[in-house]
This record gives sequence, structure tokens and C-alpha cells, in this order.
Amino acid sequence: MQNAKWIKTPLQDKVIENLRVGDKVFLSGRIFTARDAAHKRFMEILDRAGELPIKLSGEVIYYCGPTPSPPGKIIGACGPTTSSRMDSYTPRLLSMGLKGMIGKGKRSETVQKAIVENKAVYFAALGGAGALLSKFVVSSQIVAFEDLGPEAIFMLEVREMPLFVANDIYGGDLYVSGIEKYKIL
Amino acid sequence: MREISVNRIRDEIEEMFIEANFHLPEDQIMALTEALKAEDSDIGREVIELLLKNAEIARLEKIPICQDTGIATVFLEIGQDVHFVDGSLEDAIYEGVRRAYKHGYLRGSCCDPMTRTNTGDNTPPIIHERIVLGDKVKIIAFPKGGGSENYSEVRVFTPADGIEGVKSFVVEMVAKGGPNPCPPITIGIGIGGNLESAPLLAKEALLISYGKRNPDLFLAKLEIEILTEVNKLGIGPQGYGGRITALDVHIKAMPCHIASFPVAVAIQCHAHRFKEKII
Repeated sequence: MQNAKWIKTPLQDKVIENLRVGDKVFLSGRIFTARDAAHKRFMEILDRAGELPIKLSGEVIYYCGPTPSPPGKIIGACGPTTSSRMDSYTPRLLSMGLKGMIGKGKRSETVQKAIVENKAVYFAALGGAGALLSKFVVSSQIVAFEDLGPEAIFMLEVREMPLFVANDIYGGDLYVSGIEKYKIL
Repeated sequence: MREISVNRIRDEIEEMFIEANFHLPEDQIMALTEALKAEDSDIGREVIELLLKNAEIARLEKIPICQDTGIATVFLEIGQDVHFVDGSLEDAIYEGVRRAYKHGYLRGSCCDPMTRTNTGDNTPPIIHERIVLGDKVKIIAFPKGGGSENYSEVRVFTPADGIEGVKSFVVEMVAKGGPNPCPPITIGIGIGGNLESAPLLAKEALLISYGKRNPDLFLAKLEIEILTEVNKLGIGPQGYGGRITALDVHIKAMPCHIASFPVAVAIQCHAHRFKEKII
């Protein structure tokens, strides 16, 4: 557990191959926010064979709806939201080349399988630590779905954002291994 | 009769929701500090340390504790000798919430349930009013996050289900939520009343101070028993595994129908924020 690794987006396969559940990761580079409403809209666009406003290949999606940026600040609070609400949409995006997801909480079996099959990775960020996580964002701009307000797609540049590997390509699950250790029967 | 301008209520509501979102209450800081000492897991302790650091950054730099700045829930206890003047009390509360979320740069987290279109200003708030003796008004501003709300539930048991029914219901809900409601959580349990009052009791139970036990000895014992059971699940801080899944359990109970046994479980995340004021 807890080997620290410094990695950059877009995520290369060889980087993903090197990640194991429980690893502490410091992520730098470009990531895109998208949560419930944006995912729903992605599916509507794909259903009518349209083009998504962002290319997913090699990219990382952050399940996050930040608070508005006060004047002079890059972003407001920007912690992760519960990832499982995106589970029904995720395998389709992974098959299109999405390489990484950042959120909080356990993913479904189907998503975990799709992570393995598509050589991707799911990172856990610290839930409810929106103020702390805002310190790792160096730039922020809305790039699509502005009408969705906090659920718009923001392109964020992050520097050494602290994360844990929660699902790796070897089928590991942080939310199972951790709990097994401390469960009292 | 004491006259209170609704404009004062509006301004208090604005200030209280902003304050609640930037300042984690001392009580909650104490709860997390004690959890830090009790937690066995290294990653669990690291999480709690970061949560305390998050609260400090939020307070010092005026960044909301969490990006989920909540559905604005307002509890009012209105003295029966109070006469509100200068307009509608409800409109004033709405305007106070609107101003808090705009001026505080808080996230509008409220949307149409069917179209999912954001209402834009975090209205409407959820308002609970009680008329009490006296000429004071007690206001509680409680921004409630969605992640933990999603693992809260009300169930109407039968009397035969008994106390074991309550215990297994709570443990089931906490296990089902796992990491999602942002543990270490606080659990509010409402027992009795009926379908609509049990969840309200559970929410009110969340507002009881950390470590304070129910004055009824049987219920006080039940609070401890449930806390012990829940913390055997091993979920731990953020669900990464650990001893401290819940910080505390509070029960509020009231009589119910002879045929029914309503129980509600309200789960609250580690960013347990609310502000209370008497005017």
C-alpha cells in the first residue's frame, strides 16, 4: 500500500500498467469535470450518433461540480462526488478511449470489468475536502454545457493532485481490500 | 407581543448559510480529533488529518468546506408571542437563501426532479416550523449534502420487528452506503411518530451535540450499541478501511400507533455543518 507515484495526463498505457490499488498518486495535467447531467447529455449525443464536445481518448474525467469561483480565485471548492451514480454511463465512455476517472466510492462490477478490459484506472479523491482539493487546481475554464451551471464541463489543469488508486487493470478494489482488513465479524 | 421584521430573518439566514459552509462547527472538529486518536488504520488517520486540514483551509481562506453546499434546510422555532412584520416570512427565508448562495459563491445544488434543470439560486429551501412558548425565534441553518442523503431512508416496521429490527436496519443502511456518504458519518435515528414525522426526528437527531446521549437510559444504551455495531463494519474514513465508520449515533423517539413502528435513518457526512441562533 501507499507507494507514491507522480503521473501526468494524458495517461499512457505503460503508466496505467504500473498502478496498483492503494498506490498514492500525485496527478498533474489536464482533466475534465463531468457529473450526472453532463453524462446524461453525453449519452443523448451518442444515441443520435453525434460528436461529444470533448475527445475522450486518453483523457481523465473528474466527477465534480465545483462551487462558483469568487473574484480573483481560480476555482471554488472542488471535491469529488459519488462515482457510482455514473456507473451506468461509464463502460460506454471507456470503450471510446476514456483512460481515467476520479471520484469517490465503489464502482459496479460492470465498471470494474470495463476498467480491466479497456486498460483504464479509477482514482479516489478525498470526499468532502473541496477546500483542500482546490489548492491543486492551477487553471479552470468551462469548455462545454455551460447551461448546466455547476454540472458544466470544466477543463482543469491540476498540479500534483493527491489521489489513491481505487481500481486498477489487475481487478483490484481499494474499497474491498481496505474494509476486509478492519471488519469485525 | 414582540414585532420582528422579516428582513432581519432574511439577513440572519444569509449570514448563517454562508457561515455554515465555511466554518465546520467546533463540535465536529472535536469529533474528528477524537476519531484521529481512536483510528487504527494508517490511511484512515491520514484521511482524518486531511479533513481537519480541509476545515482549516475553508475557515482561513473562505473556500467552502465541500463543493456540495447542500440543500438549504431551515428549522424554525417561533415563539407564539412573535409577530412578523414587513412582509412574508417564507419569502424572506427564500431571499436569505438566494443571497447566501449568491454572495457566498456557494453552489446551487437544487434542481427540478424530473427535468434536472438547476433552479439557479438554490431555492426552494426546505423549511420546518414549530410554534413554541415565548417571544424568541430559534433558527437553524442546515445545508444538507446529497451524497449522504442518498443513503437515508424511512421504513414502517411492525411492532414485532422490535429493537432488533431497528439495529439491523441502521447497520444495513451504513453497509449499503459504504464509502459513498463520506464517512466518518453521523447517524440520526427517528423512532416512532408516523411516516412523515420519523424522518424529521432523525434529522433533528443529527443536530444533537457530539457525545451527548439521549436522556432516556434505554435509548442512550441503544445509541452506543448501534455505534459499536456500525463500527464493526470496517468501512472506516472514506471507506478505505478502518475502525471509525461513524462518529456518533443520536436517537429521537416519540409515541406511535399501536399497529406501527416507524423508523428513519438519516446519514450525515463528515462535513457536518449547521449554524444555530436565537433572536
